[in-house]
Amino acid sequence: MRKPVLALVAALALLLGSGGQVRAQEEAKQQEAKHPPHQKWSFEGVFGTYDRAALQRGFQVYSGVCAACHAVKHLYFRDLAELGYSEEAVKGMASQVQVTDGPNEQGEMFQRPGRPSDPMPRPFANDQAARAANNGALPPDLSLITKAREGGSDYIYALLTGFKDAPQGFKINPNMYYNEYFSGHQIAMPPPLNADQVKYADGAPSTVPQMANDVVTFLSWAAEPNLEQRHRIGFKVILFLLIATGVFYAGKRKIWSRIEH
Amino acid sequence: MADVTQSPVMPGHGGETRRDFLILTGAALGGVGAAIAAWPLIDSLNPARDTLALSTTEVDLSPVQAGQRLTVVWRGKPVFIDHRTPEEIKAAQEVDASTLRDPQKDADRVKKPEWLVMVGVCTHLGCIPLGNKPGDDRGSFGGWFCPCHGSVYDTSGRIRQGPAPFNLVVPPYEFTSDTAIKIG
Amino acid sequence: MAVPSHPAPSAGPRNRILRWIDYRLPFWEVVQHDFMEYPAPRNLNYWWNFGSLAGIILVIMIATGVVLAMHYQPNADLAFDSVERIMRDVNYGWLLRYIHANGASMFFLIVYIHLFRGLYYGSYKYPRELLWMLGVVILLLMMATAFMGYVLPWGQMSYWAATVITNLFSAIPVVGNDIVTLLWGGFTVGNPTLNRFFSLHYLLPFVIVAVVLLHLLALHQHGSNNPLGIDKRGPQDAITFHPYYTIKDMFGLCVFLLVFAIFVFYLPNQLGHPDNYIPANPMVTPNHIVPEWYFLPYYAILRSVPNKLLGVILMFGAVLILFLLPWLDTSRVRSARYRPIYRLVSWLLPIDAVILGYVGSQPPAGYIVTMGQLATIYYFFHFLILLPILGKIERPLPLPLSIAEAVLGPRRPAAAGEGE
Repeated sequence: MRKPVLALVAALALLLGSGGQVRAQEEAKQQEAKHPPHQKWSFEGVFGTYDRAALQRGFQVYSGVCAACHAVKHLYFRDLAELGYSEEAVKGMASQVQVTDGPNEQGEMFQRPGRPSDPMPRPFANDQAARAANNGALPPDLSLITKAREGGSDYIYALLTGFKDAPQGFKINPNMYYNEYFSGHQIAMPPPLNADQVKYADGAPSTVPQMANDVVTFLSWAAEPNLEQRHRIGFKVILFLLIATGVFYAGKRKIWSRIEH
Repeated sequence: MADVTQSPVMPGHGGETRRDFLILTGAALGGVGAAIAAWPLIDSLNPARDTLALSTTEVDLSPVQAGQRLTVVWRGKPVFIDHRTPEEIKAAQEVDASTLRDPQKDADRVKKPEWLVMVGVCTHLGCIPLGNKPGDDRGSFGGWFCPCHGSVYDTSGRIRQGPAPFNLVVPPYEFTSDTAIKIG
Repeated sequence: MAVPSHPAPSAGPRNRILRWIDYRLPFWEVVQHDFMEYPAPRNLNYWWNFGSLAGIILVIMIATGVVLAMHYQPNADLAFDSVERIMRDVNYGWLLRYIHANGASMFFLIVYIHLFRGLYYGSYKYPRELLWMLGVVILLLMMATAFMGYVLPWGQMSYWAATVITNLFSAIPVVGNDIVTLLWGGFTVGNPTLNRFFSLHYLLPFVIVAVVLLHLLALHQHGSNNPLGIDKRGPQDAITFHPYYTIKDMFGLCVFLLVFAIFVFYLPNQLGHPDNYIPANPMVTPNHIVPEWYFLPYYAILRSVPNKLLGVILMFGAVLILFLLPWLDTSRVRSARYRPIYRLVSWLLPIDAVILGYVGSQPPAGYIVTMGQLATIYYFFHFLILLPILGKIERPLPLPLSIAEAVLGPRRPAAAGEGE
């Protein structure tokens, strides 16, 4: 039994070791983006939770900066109650926007103030309008962005803080910006975060790293709002299963003790 | 059984008791586990959060004059809102409730007498009664008339004639201000 | 003769209702005969747990799938959003979705281990050839089900995997393109494709259930194989399935559920691909189209061959060759325990599969291509050349006289309470 296991381990070691070699080859060829460094997130790990203050600040950053171009179509105003806002506050925020509704009895569409049951407003009516307003580039919806990118939250944070001047000799195309972490290094989005851009309601200093951290926390929540419930239930389920495994193992030993085996 | 090894009888009671305990614990764990596992499957059939978000409707009553009636949608069904005139209120209050098929006093069906709020679905077989639009037939009691099978409701929405068994249902609602209600 | 500590089982059900049913439909009789009292070899090891695990995960997949189908919308414009609604708004929807998605991975992991158990211990050999072949049918049905299931969320990978795999059929000479158009229901993968995939994805698992029942029927003809690979000689070689293997299976189930729970609750997207959280866009191809991990080896074989038709043939052939296994392997001895060369060589196949899997996950460039070609060659070499020759030239170790002797030691006077 040992020899085949050793062979398997050796094969796996070979594979894992050669992974780095393949990546190096690719990087040389395609100017692959830098690997995003790991950030410490309040929601990482088995016992992580979303920092509510960061979520609210992050929502402020989204609304004030990102919402001009990026939709979050899967979020509804009622979801904001999760961030710690009261029912009144949520109703208030919803009623700030005008929503198209109808048709009325005359057959016409009309505008009405938003309600908690409405989705967050979209900056553009459709993809074509979005492209037309952004030199042909389409700002992606951000509802799932931290799950839809390799590197997840770390990558989005790195991207937001990774804008730099293009290095010597690097040809930047018109309407593009140099980013260390974006594949190909040219991204159509201008650097979105600048120091003191947003006045935080809780008075925290709005440095670029702070805003990036907060908005990525918010976006991580937007992509996975049920993370805390999932971890809570998971802990109980695994505890239950550990006990059950113990009981059934003891039962198995007991029952098999009757016969020779 | 002829083709398996028979297990020997265990000497003493200690072994059997421990075995029974383990079997009982195991069965209990299995049962609890199955119930816990079944619950999400069942609960997922309950109304989802987006459905629940649409479970209340807020209505601004200020544009509704006395004598006017308004229809709003609540949980997918029509709700009749009637800004009753003093004559309609008097007619509703003067009826002796004990003579009705579904005895109910008018005072038990309204929070403010000038506002009547009811689900506009006939309690017979579910049609939407006439009477809420100007020009509609209101039936002989000045309330509502269901064209499907002829049920007639009075100015308190109570069944007076025809096959419907119950009065028009009053949904849960509350006044959020003097001129607005929240239904549901 | 031992005195059983409970009433003789063959006396019939104890309760009147069960007796009434049994007289008309032999429900309890079948439960007793094929489950409780069923004679199983006394020496089965934990590799034998994986069959029952596969059955249980099938039930879990059907239960979660049926409930998910109550919320899912099989329309190209609505599908992605309906899955997000399940994840966000449906009570425990996230749990059902993660169980279903990770359950598919677990199902393949279990079945691959179950399959390797069969390879190692010769469970496919006489008289279990049909049992084995039914198993391969189940594997093929699982692959079809999983492929179509992955398309349903209508993410980027869903759409493009569907495009790549359905396009393969155009390799068929003469009628290839017409077949692809028929599969698509249009000129590209689109809404008609999604609708029919949903219908078939719902149907196929029930076909799998039927084949599983046939698989169990075939199993019960001659009973389970065992690690020694020798037949039962007498009653001392077997024990009743209940309680010995029921409790052992329960224990194994708990261990499996622990692994499953870790994925579902803490690493739910580990085995998936981020691109599938991007809604399908027919105008944009992802940088690297990759299938789920359990298809990677076959994907690698497909890409290893420069010729399109040959690549398709070899990819399907890699599964279909399993049907021939009972006849390719010429060894008279079942279990690798008594085959000193095969005992080591058999591991080359899973190692080769892991290598192929790695190759399938990488862009086909540089030394990856050569690695894939060599691994593909080895795969077919293993089945078509190695196994037939090995059976002929290998000198097996002497087999034990019986299972009981191997387990209990050489014959000694029957102890009080031992079987007849």
